[in-house]
Amino acid sequence: MNKGTAERVAPPPLVAAGRQRRLIAGDRVFEVIAYGAAALILLIAIVFVIALFIPALPAITTFGLGFFISRTWDPVRTQFGALPAIYGTLVTSAIALVIAFPIGLGAALFLAEDSRLRFLRGPLSFAIELLAGIPSVVVGLWAFYILTPLMRDSVDPFLSHTLGFLPLFQGSASGYGFLTAGVVLAIMVLPIMIALSRDVIRAVPRALREASLALGATNAETIWSVILPYARVGITGAVLLSLGRALGETIAVTMVIGNRPQITGSLFASGYTLPSVIANEFTEAVGNVYLGALFYLGVVLVLITIAVNVMARLLVWRFTSEATAG
Amino acid sequence: MSHPLVRAMVDRLVGGLIVLCVSVAAIPVLVLLLFVLINGLPGMLTPGFFTDPPYPQGVPGGGVLNAIIGTLEIVGIGSLLALPLGALIGIFLSEYGRNQIGDTVRFISDVFTGLPSIAFGIFGYTVVVLTTHHFSALSASIALAVLMLPVILRATETALVLVPNSLREAGLALGAPRWRVTLEIVVPAALGGVVTGALLAMARAAGETAPLLFTAFGNDIIQTNPLQPMGALSLTIFRNALVPYPNLQQQAWAAALLLVALVAATNIAARIYVRRIQR
Repeated sequence: MNKGTAERVAPPPLVAAGRQRRLIAGDRVFEVIAYGAAALILLIAIVFVIALFIPALPAITTFGLGFFISRTWDPVRTQFGALPAIYGTLVTSAIALVIAFPIGLGAALFLAEDSRLRFLRGPLSFAIELLAGIPSVVVGLWAFYILTPLMRDSVDPFLSHTLGFLPLFQGSASGYGFLTAGVVLAIMVLPIMIALSRDVIRAVPRALREASLALGATNAETIWSVILPYARVGITGAVLLSLGRALGETIAVTMVIGNRPQITGSLFASGYTLPSVIANEFTEAVGNVYLGALFYLGVVLVLITIAVNVMARLLVWRFTSEATAG
Repeated sequence: MSHPLVRAMVDRLVGGLIVLCVSVAAIPVLVLLLFVLINGLPGMLTPGFFTDPPYPQGVPGGGVLNAIIGTLEIVGIGSLLALPLGALIGIFLSEYGRNQIGDTVRFISDVFTGLPSIAFGIFGYTVVVLTTHHFSALSASIALAVLMLPVILRATETALVLVPNSLREAGLALGAPRWRVTLEIVVPAALGGVVTGALLAMARAAGETAPLLFTAFGNDIIQTNPLQPMGALSLTIFRNALVPYPNLQQQAWAAALLLVALVAATNIAARIYVRRIQR
């Protein structure tokens, strides 16, 4: 090989020049289509936001920010305020979390941790997935015919008998109201709560668990002082995502909450939530301001759920990135 | 540190509580399905349930054919809109999306996932109903398409990312352009995940009620024109549950059973398909 005289010859092209150009053109076209699709979802998001505000405009201009603090919801005098619906949404979601958090966490610990009754894990996971798939209107139908009589005749009287000294459990029970809606929401958020917490608990490094057990800690002590502290942030994220689901749940709540715009201390009383006002009154709403007030509630609802969800995502994201880094 | 006996007892107690929790969590599923089955079966077996439209309130008999057609058509059109777009965005995220644009798309998709379903109804209402001045199945399909989009695109992305890079490199090394590698090697290899995501999205859409309230609106007449108001199984359940006529209430339960069966069948189909593809 004589380097000095050898000419540098370009390798022969793999394909003919025309074909190569076509190949590159094809890639360009495909890339443009892919980016176009991505651009389309950005466009949809922008249109979505505008579409939420447009039908609400008549009410936004009429009531302004006072809408958030007004307690009146009076279609006859066309005076509208969101406070009763916001109150109902927060109360029912809080009840849902109070019920679903301990049960969901316990169930998640069973599915992720417990060495007993292992054969039950598969069927139980399947059952919980099944629950997540049941349409909310079906849950609502069941709650309307089966749960409300049960609450009216057994649960509510029992609560007012044992805890009746608290204002929460006073008053007459019709079966429709905050408490029943909260129970329905608890059932509906359980699958999310369980599935997310189970994954978070599974992500706790095995070595930590084994170290704790090797030091002589019992299972309960390991859960309390090793697993839960490690998984705390992730579990908080799971709770917030469940909360996001509970806040926006519409149909099942509409069917059992009693649909009355009032703020009372009693959990037995009828109430309203943001989405259930919209669902319940849409067909009877007459006039731009009334209709606009309903959609204004929709705007409020979307803002609250987005805030909760973004917070949840950040927490879950922080947890998983810490878990993989550590 | 407390007495060993106390510690052992606490351990037992916590173990018992955990079993109690998981049993309590499993009860609603069983109770719900049992009641839907028991209350829905008689209505489903009455003649005309599958073949007749609903009769006027107070007239015994009637069926839910209008709602069956409506649910299938609304979800069908919605899927036709959402599937290609969702798959394409999923492809974008996996093959081109490791950048700022990709992260923005992922963020938007996550926000959409967390939105209450009634918000999608408002979207369909403003964009289609307000501009065309009447309720229509098409507006419901568009609302449901946006609702399905994040599920489909995330499922597609997850499935495509799992395809080993060596497959892509093998295709490129053979001289295939990137778009053919993507469409003819990567996507087929990930088809199981894509199809599962699509089926799950369709199952979720079929069960939705809130987005249909201000879009499809409901219709007791059998309607197949997507530009007209249309019934749906979920709307039948919601409206019939609240009326005082026993035959309509029975129809609500039967429609609930049918809807649960439809959703379950879609879920099971997804599982079977995945299993077959993995073999």
